[in-house]
Amino acid sequence: MTIESMIWLIPLAPILAFFIIVLFTNRSKWLSHTLAILAALTSAVMVFWLISKVLSTEHFGEHPIQSYLPWFPAGDSWFTISVLVDPLTILTLFFVAVTILMIFIYSVGYHNFGAPKGDHDRPGLQPHGATVSDAHGHKHTVMSIEPMYSRFFAFFGLFAFGMYLLVTTGNLLVLFIGWEIMGLCSYLLIGFWFAKPSARAAGIKAFLTTRVADVLMLLGIAYLYFATGTLNYKEIFVPEVLEGLAATPAIGNILGLSAAGLIGILIVIGTIGKSSQWPLHVWLPDAMEGPTPVSAMIHAATMVSAGVYLVIRFFPLLSAGWDGHGLTAPMQLMAFIGTFTAIFAATIAIAQNDVKRVLAYSTISQLGFMIAALGIGGYIAAAFHLMTHAFFKALLFLGSGSVIHGVEHGVLHTGDHIDPQDMFNMGGLRKKMPVTFWTFLVGGFALAGFPILTAGFWSKDEILADAFIHQHWPVFITLAVAALITAFYTMRQITLTFLGQPRTKAAEHAHESHWTMTLPLVILAIFAVVIGWAGIPEEFPVLGGILPNVVHVVGESLPEHPEAIPFNWLPLLTSIVVSLGGLFLGWLVYRNVKAGQPDPLAKPLGPIWTVLKNKYYFDELYDYIFVRPAKWMAEDFAIWMDTNVIDGILHGIASVGPILGSFFRNYIDKPIVNGFGDWIADVTRKMGVSLRVIQTGRIQQYMLMALVSLVAFGVVFYLLLVQ
Amino acid sequence: MIPLSWYLIFAAALFCIGLYTVLVRRNAIIILMGIELMLNAVNVNLVAFWRYVNPQLIAGQVFAVMVFAVAAAEVAVGLAIFISLYRRRNTVAADEVDLMKW
Repeated sequence: MTIESMIWLIPLAPILAFFIIVLFTNRSKWLSHTLAILAALTSAVMVFWLISKVLSTEHFGEHPIQSYLPWFPAGDSWFTISVLVDPLTILTLFFVAVTILMIFIYSVGYHNFGAPKGDHDRPGLQPHGATVSDAHGHKHTVMSIEPMYSRFFAFFGLFAFGMYLLVTTGNLLVLFIGWEIMGLCSYLLIGFWFAKPSARAAGIKAFLTTRVADVLMLLGIAYLYFATGTLNYKEIFVPEVLEGLAATPAIGNILGLSAAGLIGILIVIGTIGKSSQWPLHVWLPDAMEGPTPVSAMIHAATMVSAGVYLVIRFFPLLSAGWDGHGLTAPMQLMAFIGTFTAIFAATIAIAQNDVKRVLAYSTISQLGFMIAALGIGGYIAAAFHLMTHAFFKALLFLGSGSVIHGVEHGVLHTGDHIDPQDMFNMGGLRKKMPVTFWTFLVGGFALAGFPILTAGFWSKDEILADAFIHQHWPVFITLAVAALITAFYTMRQITLTFLGQPRTKAAEHAHESHWTMTLPLVILAIFAVVIGWAGIPEEFPVLGGILPNVVHVVGESLPEHPEAIPFNWLPLLTSIVVSLGGLFLGWLVYRNVKAGQPDPLAKPLGPIWTVLKNKYYFDELYDYIFVRPAKWMAEDFAIWMDTNVIDGILHGIASVGPILGSFFRNYIDKPIVNGFGDWIADVTRKMGVSLRVIQTGRIQQYMLMALVSLVAFGVVFYLLLVQ
Repeated sequence: MIPLSWYLIFAAALFCIGLYTVLVRRNAIIILMGIELMLNAVNVNLVAFWRYVNPQLIAGQVFAVMVFAVAAAEVAVGLAIFISLYRRRNTVAADEVDLMKW
């Protein structure tokens, strides 16, 4: 098999698994998850084979692997789709393949494969636990298996297909197809427990919020196709086309943008929706309603990464006309949105008590880092952070799922009705769940950017260094503060969850999860450390240059390779200080939280705390601005419109009917139509009456009449014709 | 030789007598006899025309023979009808038989 045809086939296995599970094997839970994992494994093996091929290729970035296929005729040309594998694709495929496979394996344990069926479980609700009796006749409540187990793996297969399709393709339209498939899957999976109203609402919210952005992005795609006549990256990202786009003013001269600027902004808006940036960030925290592997899938491996992948991929277009000074309009937008989101979401994360929600806001914040990095031209830094973030965030989500699982076990055991996701109900879990604790610690430190050891340090440092070297001071300072807050809330989470003493009975009875859950944690934890070594700057003191800086190869995806950033002590010191400082502060504040005690920060921060706790009231704001008017339009206004205007028109038309009808009846039907019919009948009858006189029945009279008629006809005939 | 017009005048007279008989006599048997007269007037015409116009062809005579045959059949049917009529209504007067009246 040639390498090109194999690239086309990478997304195939998961979609096959999806169809086979949906159509045939959905009754067998074992077969379904085996198929799904095999599919993820197949794709991952293909990806690794591809990577091994590519690594042995010299100057791979300048000669990416491409393959074109005509799809459908468009006027007098063909619309061609393509696959494209360049360093950026490889980097993305790498973390996608690993995280997807790990999440698939983890889901087996998370959904309690092998556990008994629940007593009251039904499809659409979380498993509630099953009662079993042991050898001594004691009854226990244990976790029960997910009722829609097979469906979950089918959806995951489709989700993985969407992501692989999106990453391998070299065509923006195909990317958009993968993008939308993931949008659908996120809707299905966030609302997986659809009998829960909050999950249902969260699914709809996620779908509609991303839809707002997708529509604008589709406009951008259409404009791009209109302007260039192609959607294949390699045909767009050539200097002549980009310069042409940068020089042409946009349609209608909107805001004085160039065509490249307008298309770029529309594409960035697509990313803002998909990667959950302010102001479209509201869906992602609610997406925590889904099962935890879904959160990991959406927040690490696929959806939100796809958004950042898109802007990284389209960086040549977004930066068209950029000469190193004076950012282009899409870049300014990204720099602002990214920076603002990074600090905005980080502050909210401080005040959240739900273990998954903290991670959700940290995701938004970290994605903000990437977008901001790209906005100031830090192409490599953004790609690097995208990769490291995927690993440690997948690890953190899976870890939090393991924690929740353990606490849920305790909840079932004790029978207390407490929220198993509230961090204030936890504490002291490090002894109960050691594997989860250590891996979570690695992930959390990576998120906080713990110096030297963790991957998050290297990538975040690169972003800060980028901002520092290019003297984007507002971006640098804001991101540094955001990094400090990140470290703080990460340590708050670790301290509240794992350190200290258990604050509830349920936490006391928590126990370590099944190996199918801990194994992926361990593997991801290794990646969360090791992957950072791929991007150690060459000029870094002592460590630099020991390992080759593989990540810089990503720069070869661009037509003009970005230069490595010169080393500077200041950003390095900054990132070390904020990271360690934040971690220390977090530990200091939260180390002694007792059961039932409010958050130690709630009192000193006062009203600010309330605002943070309520996420700056964005949900309420959107509720007032968009949701309620929409509902009012749909309910009250529509009913008023229906009863008064539409019904009024119908009634009006209906009342005209009888009037017209009686007019026709009285003035046309009765006199003319009926009159004519009656007249015909009347005349016929009168003729009959007058003619019956000659019907005497006497044969001789008939004959006489015949004779007379004959003679008469003969005379007439003779007179008229013969003469 | 007797000219053709004599035959034709004779035939016309015969036809008129037959027609008159049919139209004015009440007795159905007599009417039938009138019809026979009319048919034979035609036969006279046929034979006369054959003899004077086209004697080498036999068609005229054949035609006359056919008319005889038809006349015989017609009389047979007609008489049968009258006998049946007489049995039912006890009359053969044409003006009393007005069954076809509306």
